[in-house]
Parts: sequence; structure tokens; C-alpha cells
Amino acid sequence: MAPQTTPEVCGMGHSMKRKEDPRFIRGQGNYVDDIQLPGMLYLDIVRSPFAHARIKSIARENALKVPGVLAVITGETLEQYNLHWMPTLMSDTQMVLPTEKVMYQAQEVAAVVATDRYAAADGVEAVEVDYDPLPVVVDPFKALEPDAPVLRTDKEDKKDNHIFHWEVGDRAATQSALAGADVVVKQDLYIPRIHVASIETCGCVADFDRVMGKLKVYMTTQAPHAIRTVLALVAGHVGLSEEKIQVISPDIGGGFGGKVPVYPGYVLAIAASVVVGKPVKWVEDRMENLQADSFARDYHLKAELGATKDGTLTALKIKTVADHGYTDAAANPSKFPAGLFSIVTGSYDLKHAFAEVDGVYTNKPPGGIAYRCSFRVTEAVHTIERLTDIMAHELKMDPADLRLKNFVPADKFPYKSVLGWEYDSGNYHGALRKAMERIGYAELRREQADKRERGELMGIGISSFTEIVGAGPSRQFDILGLKMFDSCEIRVHPTGKATARFGTKSQGQGHETTYAQVLAEELGIPAAHIEIEEGDTDTAPYGLGTYASRSTPTAGAAGAMAARKVRDKAKKIAAYLLEASEDDLEWTPGTFSVKGAPQKSKTIQEIAFAAYTNHPPGMEGGLEAVSYYDPPNLTFPFGSYICVVDIDRGTGEVKIRRFVAVDDCGNIINPMIVDGQIHGGLTMGMAPALLEEISYDENGNISGGSFMDYLVPTAMETPRWETDKTVTPSPHHPQGAKGVGESATVGAPPAIVNAVVDALAHLGVRHIDIPITPEKVWRILKDKGAGL
Amino acid sequence: MAKHDVRITVNGEPREAAVESRLLLVHWLRDVLRLTGTHIGCDTTHCGACTVLLDGEPVKSCTVLAVQADGREVATVEGLEQDGTLHPLQEGFQQEHGLQCGFCTPGMLMTGRALLEGNSDPSEAEIRQAISGNLCRCTGYVNIVKSIEHAAAKLRQESA
Ligand code: FES
Ligand code: FES
Repeated sequence: MAPQTTPEVCGMGHSMKRKEDPRFIRGQGNYVDDIQLPGMLYLDIVRSPFAHARIKSIARENALKVPGVLAVITGETLEQYNLHWMPTLMSDTQMVLPTEKVMYQAQEVAAVVATDRYAAADGVEAVEVDYDPLPVVVDPFKALEPDAPVLRTDKEDKKDNHIFHWEVGDRAATQSALAGADVVVKQDLYIPRIHVASIETCGCVADFDRVMGKLKVYMTTQAPHAIRTVLALVAGHVGLSEEKIQVISPDIGGGFGGKVPVYPGYVLAIAASVVVGKPVKWVEDRMENLQADSFARDYHLKAELGATKDGTLTALKIKTVADHGYTDAAANPSKFPAGLFSIVTGSYDLKHAFAEVDGVYTNKPPGGIAYRCSFRVTEAVHTIERLTDIMAHELKMDPADLRLKNFVPADKFPYKSVLGWEYDSGNYHGALRKAMERIGYAELRREQADKRERGELMGIGISSFTEIVGAGPSRQFDILGLKMFDSCEIRVHPTGKATARFGTKSQGQGHETTYAQVLAEELGIPAAHIEIEEGDTDTAPYGLGTYASRSTPTAGAAGAMAARKVRDKAKKIAAYLLEASEDDLEWTPGTFSVKGAPQKSKTIQEIAFAAYTNHPPGMEGGLEAVSYYDPPNLTFPFGSYICVVDIDRGTGEVKIRRFVAVDDCGNIINPMIVDGQIHGGLTMGMAPALLEEISYDENGNISGGSFMDYLVPTAMETPRWETDKTVTPSPHHPQGAKGVGESATVGAPPAIVNAVVDALAHLGVRHIDIPITPEKVWRILKDKGAGL
Repeated sequence: MAKHDVRITVNGEPREAAVESRLLLVHWLRDVLRLTGTHIGCDTTHCGACTVLLDGEPVKSCTVLAVQADGREVATVEGLEQDGTLHPLQEGFQQEHGLQCGFCTPGMLMTGRALLEGNSDPSEAEIRQAISGNLCRCTGYVNIVKSIEHAAAKLRQESA
């Protein structure tokens, strides 16, 4: 779509340079750890070396002797205020500090408050905790065995480690369809625990003003409004009420979902500030971040896919065990304990499907939170895209042909999936064909055949994913009861410039730029003249925040709707100024003119001035509007990715030679930013496919707990991504946009895995669990006698 | 804890301070001088968010003690812009969308500066090698490479 506005106005479709960059390229961003308030104290945390242990005693005397240490807070301190437990976003419960036992390694045990960060760290060293180790359960299948120790002894009636059972679809019909299928493929998959590892860790500065009774918290949060409500609910009984709490989310150094939950550290800093009446800073270090916060995935899946002989996919059945760690602290909408996993039928027109998920407690930190996709879409896409490839292999069909044969056809949209979603729009054939053309698919297959002859290992992998974002319609979506709409408030000032505030919070996505473009598109006010603000609960309208690719579909839509309200009023003012009837006016971006008499016109700037200086009698002055947008449906971005890998037969190393990503996220606000989002998403898709994993030994000791062994991709492993697009607008979003932040993270892993398996398929390899490390491949090659 | 008197030139300005032996250079820059553009992203010298130049060489300031910088010159992101003119790297990062959350950016800029000072026309492979000790979780590096290429071209043009 060619832009409708001039480069000066810079509405949708322009690659406007980012408005936030001038501060960041000068080192003038304002992140939480940059905030230093007069008299500020520092909080540091004592953590458990054991994954499961009773706390016999905590001795604070030596810590209190450390110069600069002012206080040591334990679970017992908090218990006096009934603040030792707090709710999770899934209405489970989580310890702030333990009073009886710890449930995972690196769990918070006590907090030290001191005058500077070094003293606080010294204090942490000097706290002596005596533990009595308990049996550790790290394997969710063992946790479900009848004789497994019950972990959540705090829950009186709890007799096992089972959290929830959730299922969707028709079990019996799916089973009989599978029984009747010509071909059935079955595969177990494990999608391991991983960590978002945003380069900025989590932290806050809590600043309680005793005189005014007001709490200000600067916090690394993606959802400041929801967090304020949670704080009011958690601490209302000790006098913190919502209008006296101001949550400020300043510049955020990457979020990816890891900055949605409430972590104990935040609560501890707040409690400390309230008690001592001084500002208290808590910023976790990287090891704390990797060991205790915000884990994703940890899904054990058993999947079956059926098809006819000629390659029509007929039925899909999945059974999943989800390891949530010691509490269910995911950030799913409350009616969806397994998130939006039911998107698992993917891009295919399947007639029968059934999926079930069981959530389980283990001695691990809270899991299932997020990794640039919080709602289990990645797990779903990985499963269906892997199974489709396995089926193609079984049927001896080209995986591209099998996909093209089974895609939901473009003329079937809006499409009702068998598991209950209404896909808004799509053109799956278009995206895959474009990707195949761009990468030269047929030529690559020929090259592969030649290489195989010569004993060289090369593979081509496809992933044709369907995303599901923009949660969501209030009839289905809420978090802790809070409906998942989002908001925008626009104020057009007398000189025709505007300020707009949103309920979301950018963490690098560039909202200050893209939201300005959204409004510029609707109002014709240059995006350069629109100031965007987010992240301060005292000023921004209520919204549920930025995660799950929801900003564009919800708050972006709210921006468009609020702008249209402004435009409606502007039209009335224009009619008055031009002495014309509203019906005789027409709008071109930025100007109302009289039909057939274009010289009779008023610009939006003239109208804005009139709104304050010369507004029609009987009309209220000013030019402002608010919208709380409740989307009628989710949006369904999609795309087709093709990856080419070469495998080193000596070392097992997988090299991504090329990766073409064709994405369709509907109408595009800023192509440059969309491309950047896809580059980043692809890299965060490659990471778990090839490098990242957090695992535990049988005693619950973490591996991958620092950047020494948690391998975040560097510029060396990351290929030069090639991006392209098709544009299929969303029919229900006011601007036809869909959201794009997570598409690539969701879509990339199976393309890479499919490519590696494709390279090894002739050796009899059918599946490899991620991450596909050189060691795993090397072992396979050795096993198959194909190594060097 | 023992204190040491140090003289360190930061972005061309001589500074004197009494620092604890164990104080990290990054904390001195951030917490004492309030030059908060240099960031902290890890505790194992991996992320490079804290990269500054010490006598022109890129170092991870989380792994340098302030006393080790005694008598030396430190350059941070705050010193890149000169008399209101952006450094070509700063311009490159904005033009080529080389940053998203901006947290890794100061470190990338300083590493980039050290690279370009020694190599006015680096290849893509050389750029990737140079920034391999700087992690970025947002951009996927493609546009960071382009940003540095943009700056290199501009610097070559300026000196031609
Ligand atoms: S803070 Fe990560 S390398 Fe210095
Ligand atoms: S821009 Fe966010 S870490 Fe690089």
C-alpha cells in the first residue's frame, strides 16, 4: 500500500526515523538504574542454594554489623504485615519471602537494605541461613506420579502436584479420524525452558513519601497500570491505595514478556521504602535475572497427525505436560491457562483436532511466562510445523507441496478453525510462493541433491506459521479480571500540535514514533508534531500494557479511534468556519474542504486554533478525545520462512546460509521498524533453536544461570536475515494492521529445525529437539556413521 | 576500606577522586560522575553494554577497577557528540535503525568507534567480529552492521 500521506505528515507506510533515538544515541536514555534520588538506599537479596529446603534459621546479626547495612528483611518481617505471599497473574500464589521453605534454587530468602550497593552486597554475604534440604522434584512426569512428594504444602487441600487440566476440541471425533487416516505420524517433542535475557535486567526504585502517603515506583514494567492495580490489591490492607500509587515505567532496555510479572524484588523494595521512608533501589544482576525470573516454554508434547495417502491433512491430537515450576505465574488471560495454544492447527484446513494440557508444579522457578511470545503460540507453531514436515517425509512429498495442498485458501477467510478461532484474513499460498521464489527453492533442491551425492550435508526448511495476537476482546480476555482493552487519549493543542498518551509501554518497539504515525494518518497533523507519552499511571489512560504483540492491535487501534473522534469534532468546527454543511465537506489528510470548491478549506491546524478561540456556539471548546478500544476479534499475522543450512560433518556445527522471511502483518505503520522487529524476532527464534536452554540437574541445580553458559546469539552466529512481505489487511482493525513483534520468534524455530532435519533425513533422522547444538548433531552423525 | 586518589581524564576533562579499591570503573562513571550512558547488562564480562575506551582501546568497564584507570583517558558515549555535531556512528545508528531499546547502543557505539579508528573500511565480517563481545537482544545485528558501514562511509568521505 502506498502511503496516503505526504512525507511531511508521515502517516502510515513511511519509514520515519525514530523519535526516541536522539536520546539513546547520546547515552541520555533514562532507565531504572539511571535514577538516583537523594538519600536513596540499595536493596540486595539473599538467595537459596537449594532447590527445596526447610529454613531452620536466618541469622542477621553479622550482616547488621557490616558498615552501611541498615536492615535485614525476612519472611517473618513481612508476615507481620501479611505481605509474605502475593498473588500471581494466574491467581496462584507466590512467596515474596519464605517463612517455612524454599522451592527453587536462587529463590529470594532475605533482603538487605544498605546505604550503597557494595554495602548491600556485603550484607548479603554476611546473612547466615541454615537449611534442611528436602527431596527435590524437577521432572514434571515424576511430579505427577502418585508417590511424588507434594510440593505446595502451603495449600491445605493440595494432595498432588497437578495445577490444571485444560482441553479443547472433540477428542472422540479426532480419535476416530486418526483411526481412519491412511497415514499417521507420531512425535514427542520437548520445548525447553529458556529466558528472555533482555540486556537490561529487572529493577525498581520505590519512593514512599510519608507525609503525603504517596508511593512512586519507577519500575521495569511492560504493564504499569495493571501492576498498580496489583500493588493496590496486594498492599491495600497496609494502607497503599490505588490513587496514592504512581507506577512509572521509564525507558526499558528490552522486555519480551520478562517484565510483565511482579517479582519479589519489587515488592521488597516497596516494603522497605514504606518502612524506612526513603527511596530504595533494587536492580538484579544478570545471574539473579537468569536464575530466578521470567522463564518460558518447558512444554513436553506428544503429537499425532493424520493424513490421506494423497496428502490431505485430516486430524491432529496433542497431549502436553507443562512444567510451571513451583507456582503458576504465567501471564495468560485468565480463561486460557495454556495461553492461545489452540492455534495449533496452524495454517492448515484441518477438520479434526484435539489438544490437552496439564500444568504441573516442580522445584523450579516460576515458568511459562514469556519469551517474546507469552501465550504458548511458539509451542503450538513448533508442533504443527514439525509434524507437517514429518508427514511430508512419511508421504515422500515435498514439504512445500504438502503445505500448499493443505493451507486454508485465501477465499475461505474469515476462517473458523476447528479449535474455535476466527482467523481474520490470510493469503498463505501467496506468502509461501513468494518465499520460494525469493530464495530459489527449486534450484536449492537441485543443489541439495548434488551435494548429497557428494556426501555434503545441506538442508532446506520451511515454516508457514499463523500467529494469534492482539488480546483481546473483553468477552474472552482478562488478566485477574481486568479486561484486555487498551487506550489512547489525544489532546490537540491550540497551535495544531498534539500530545497523546497510551495505556501501553514500549520497550524498544518505537511507540513514540509509530503511534505518532497512527495519529498522523488519521488527523493529518505531522507525526513530528505529535508527542507520545506512555508508562506513567498518573497521566496515561488505563491499559493492560505491551506484550503478546498487542500494542498495535489494541492501543494502536484506540489511537485511530480517538483520532477519528477528534476528526468528527474538527469536521463540525470546519463546517461552522466554512459556513457549510458537514455533509458537503470532504477530508484529505489534514484538510476539510467544500466538495467542488477546494479553495474553501480549513486545515486541521486552523481548526485546532478555532477550537480554542472561535468554536461554534453550543459546542464545548477544546479538541480532545479518549478511546478505550475493545477489539472485536484477535488478529492473525502470518508468514512463510525458508531456511538453508549447511552442516559441518566434522564438528556438527549448523550454519544458517540463508534465511528468507516473508511476513504479512496487514497494513504497515513503519516499514523500517517492522523490518527491525522481524530481524530481532528471527534472532530470538534462532536462539532457542540452536543455542539457548536452561536445564536443571536432579538436585534442581540450574545450568545456564549466567552468560557464561546461557548462549545469547552474538553477531557471529546471527545470519544476515532477508525479509520480504505480503500485505493482507485485517478486516476489523481500524487501520488494517495486525501486530508483528513476535511473529518471527514464533515462526523461525521450526524453519531452522526443519532445515537441519532435512539435511540429515536421508540418514534416517526424523526429529531433533531444540536446541540443536553442535554436540547433538555430532552425536547423530557419529551414530549414523556419517561424521568425519 | 582503603581509598585511593586517582586522576582520570573522562571525555577530555580531568577528574580527581578518592575511590575505594574495589570500586568498578562502571560504577564510578555511573553513580559518581552520573554519566549513565554506560550501562550494565551482566556480571560475567559478556554483554559489552558497559564498553568504554581506555586510552583508545575498548574495555568492559564492569571488569576494570576505577583505580586501574588512574592516569589514563576514558571515553564514554557522552563524549561522542562534538560541539553539537553527532559522531558519524551516532548518525549511522539513527539512519539505519541500528537500535531499538537502546540499552546496548552506547557499548556498540564505543566498540564501533574503536574499530573505525583502526580500520576505515571494515568488511561485514570484520564488523561482526568487532562487535562479537557486545550483545544486542533487540536488533538481530543486521542494522547495527549497516549503521557501522554507514559511519565508515561517512568518515571516509569526510577525510577524502
Ligand atoms: S556489564 Fe556486561 S560486559 Fe560489562
Ligand atoms: S537495542 Fe535493545 S539490546 Fe540492543
